[in-house]
Amino acid sequence: MKIDTKHDDPIIATANKLRWEVGDYFHDSLIESIYKEAEVISAKVVTTAGKKSQFDFDKFIDRVVTSKWTGFPIMFLLLAAVFWITIIAANYPSGLIASVLVDTIHPLLKNLATSINIPWYINGVLIDGAYLAMAWVISVMLPPMAIFFPIFTLLEDFGYLPRVAFNMDNIYRRVGAHGKQALTMTMGFGCNAAGVIAARIIDSPRERLIAIITNNFSLCNGRWPTQILIATIFIGNLVPPIYGGIASAAAVVSVALLGIFFSLVVSWSLSKTVLKGEASAFSLELPPYRPPRILQTLYTSLIDRTLFVLWRAIIFAIPAGIVIWLVANVNIQGISLAEYFIRFVDPFALFIGLNGVIILAYVIAIPANEIVIPTVLMLTVLVTGVSGVGSGSGVMFELNNIEDVSMLLKAGGWTTLTGINLMLFSLLHNPCSTTIFTIYKETKSWKWTLLATLLPIMMGITICFLVAQLWRIFASV
Amino acid sequence: MNSFNNENCANCPAHNLNNLVKLGIDMSNFDFVVALAGNPNTGKSTVFNSLTGLRQHTGNWPGKTVGRAEGGFIYSNKRFKIVDLPGTYSLLSTSTDEEIARDFILFGQPDVTVIVIDATRLERNLNLALQVLEITDRAVLCLNLIDEAKRHKIKIDDRNLSKVLGIPVIPTAARQGVGIQELLKSIYDVASGSYICKPYRISSDIKGVNKAVEEINRMLKQKFPNLPNTRWIALRLLEGDQRIIDAVHSGEIAELAH
Repeated sequence: MKIDTKHDDPIIATANKLRWEVGDYFHDSLIESIYKEAEVISAKVVTTAGKKSQFDFDKFIDRVVTSKWTGFPIMFLLLAAVFWITIIAANYPSGLIASVLVDTIHPLLKNLATSINIPWYINGVLIDGAYLAMAWVISVMLPPMAIFFPIFTLLEDFGYLPRVAFNMDNIYRRVGAHGKQALTMTMGFGCNAAGVIAARIIDSPRERLIAIITNNFSLCNGRWPTQILIATIFIGNLVPPIYGGIASAAAVVSVALLGIFFSLVVSWSLSKTVLKGEASAFSLELPPYRPPRILQTLYTSLIDRTLFVLWRAIIFAIPAGIVIWLVANVNIQGISLAEYFIRFVDPFALFIGLNGVIILAYVIAIPANEIVIPTVLMLTVLVTGVSGVGSGSGVMFELNNIEDVSMLLKAGGWTTLTGINLMLFSLLHNPCSTTIFTIYKETKSWKWTLLATLLPIMMGITICFLVAQLWRIFASV
Repeated sequence: MNSFNNENCANCPAHNLNNLVKLGIDMSNFDFVVALAGNPNTGKSTVFNSLTGLRQHTGNWPGKTVGRAEGGFIYSNKRFKIVDLPGTYSLLSTSTDEEIARDFILFGQPDVTVIVIDATRLERNLNLALQVLEITDRAVLCLNLIDEAKRHKIKIDDRNLSKVLGIPVIPTAARQGVGIQELLKSIYDVASGSYICKPYRISSDIKGVNKAVEEINRMLKQKFPNLPNTRWIALRLLEGDQRIIDAVHSGEIAELAH
């Protein structure tokens, strides 16, 4: 520490000199005296009467949800139940919105454009690119978000989140991170950019950096639809139809838990290497349980979260839709830009159990994870030349039932391995551009931003590679 | 003398005369700035929402608000800008959220700081309240969650508390909208200067450092004769608070004088 007793400001110089004389207990005795006076005042004005029955009820719930034996199982069951409800309930409205926006309005717009003689490329960029990207994002994202966020917010209002942090605290401390990282991680399940900002609640800069860098390992809502759809196609179909929903929900929960596992492993590695240090202690207040106000919660979660996130997705989907249309329709010697790229990366991508289409989709989808699936489907049609689905090459479209999507992907050469690896890669890749920018704003350092961006991609490639090798060994046995 | 007899007031037709106009995020040309401070999870955001008509998300966990939310309202023909600060347990440590709260109360010089307190945890919450009173002269204590306190059979003598702290103390249940009118009136009274606070100050008797604090305090008073609470600044200097050291060095601290 720099002690400058010869500071050019006499007041500061004196303070620096005196700080040596008063010694280390000064801070503690100051806090002690504040506490003592608070105690005296409160003793004067507070009277408690009667039995505290309500407290005992709170304590009973706390004993159950934070117990060593039941705490974690309850957490996982709640998580699984929330996803299961989301998966089951979102299916129908998604199809309905898609049938309106894609099957009805899209042809109308096309006809209108043709009838007023808009040039085909403008028509293509705007209607087949921008409009369809937006329509797809709305139909895929709105229903799960409108179900997931209110349930999550109700749990939050009830007071369950601090208990999750309480359960996780010990584990995070053991890997050298701050217990409050459990809270920022939970925020990341909604949106990583929000989780990165939430890391401000962590005092120590070292632990705050760890929390920021590892927040990306929380599956954000832009990635849930990908997880859910791919799990339904490739995992749900491995079991008899009645267990399909449960198997897919279990697969999604496993990926989410794997994310928590990776966040712990990376936190541990960071705190043992570049961000060395001991975990600092903190006190976590468990707030009383409060009955959530259902209507207000529905309203605020719809306005603050669902529409906010949806709006962001739409803003990013429109330019991305234009880019997709362009790379699929700008040809050099009769081959589109997209095909060049896909052919170029295919050998490597197939080697790690993915394919060129997925890699290109992730490049295009850097601004928003939400559009990965539409991009994948559109590019697959383009490459495999499957006819009779969608509206032809270069057009992003909605396939109204999951069997169609499944058939299309399998025609594109997808196997169960591709599905599993896409789920893993969706967990382990760079954060979206908003999150990257937020990380920079919060850390003010390109070095940490770069690390937070590249580390997950490296991990994703490594894990996909390992899984592909294992898969091939077992498949050939 | 303020009366907190809610039932009778609510029935009186004059009660809602000074109608509250919620301005949401329209904060142009305000007359007064109000800061909302308090421990995490005491309902600051709920109080903020009921004053501004905004629907900032409220959550039942500590640390939900990490930045600042701002809104506005009109009361008694005066325009108020209100700033919801991050909830903190103290203003003495160095985390970003505590710094945001501290810097705003100190350097932002709000006309009124409303300290929102969880009535079921008065003693623990008073720690922050006392620290806020160290750095500002104009504050209102909002004794929130009074309904929960009642359910837990906790009684708080708010008049006595107001006398001890030297600031208005208003029991509220912001989730139900109870006490908001009274809170508004107190904010107005303190902001307009019709209620003069005599804030409680932590006794100067901190073991072994009195002499040191006094010495710095004397120098501060000499250089910045108009500063309201030089003793607190002396304490911060003694602790090596970099932000305050910089402010003293650059002379920025002099702007705090009224």
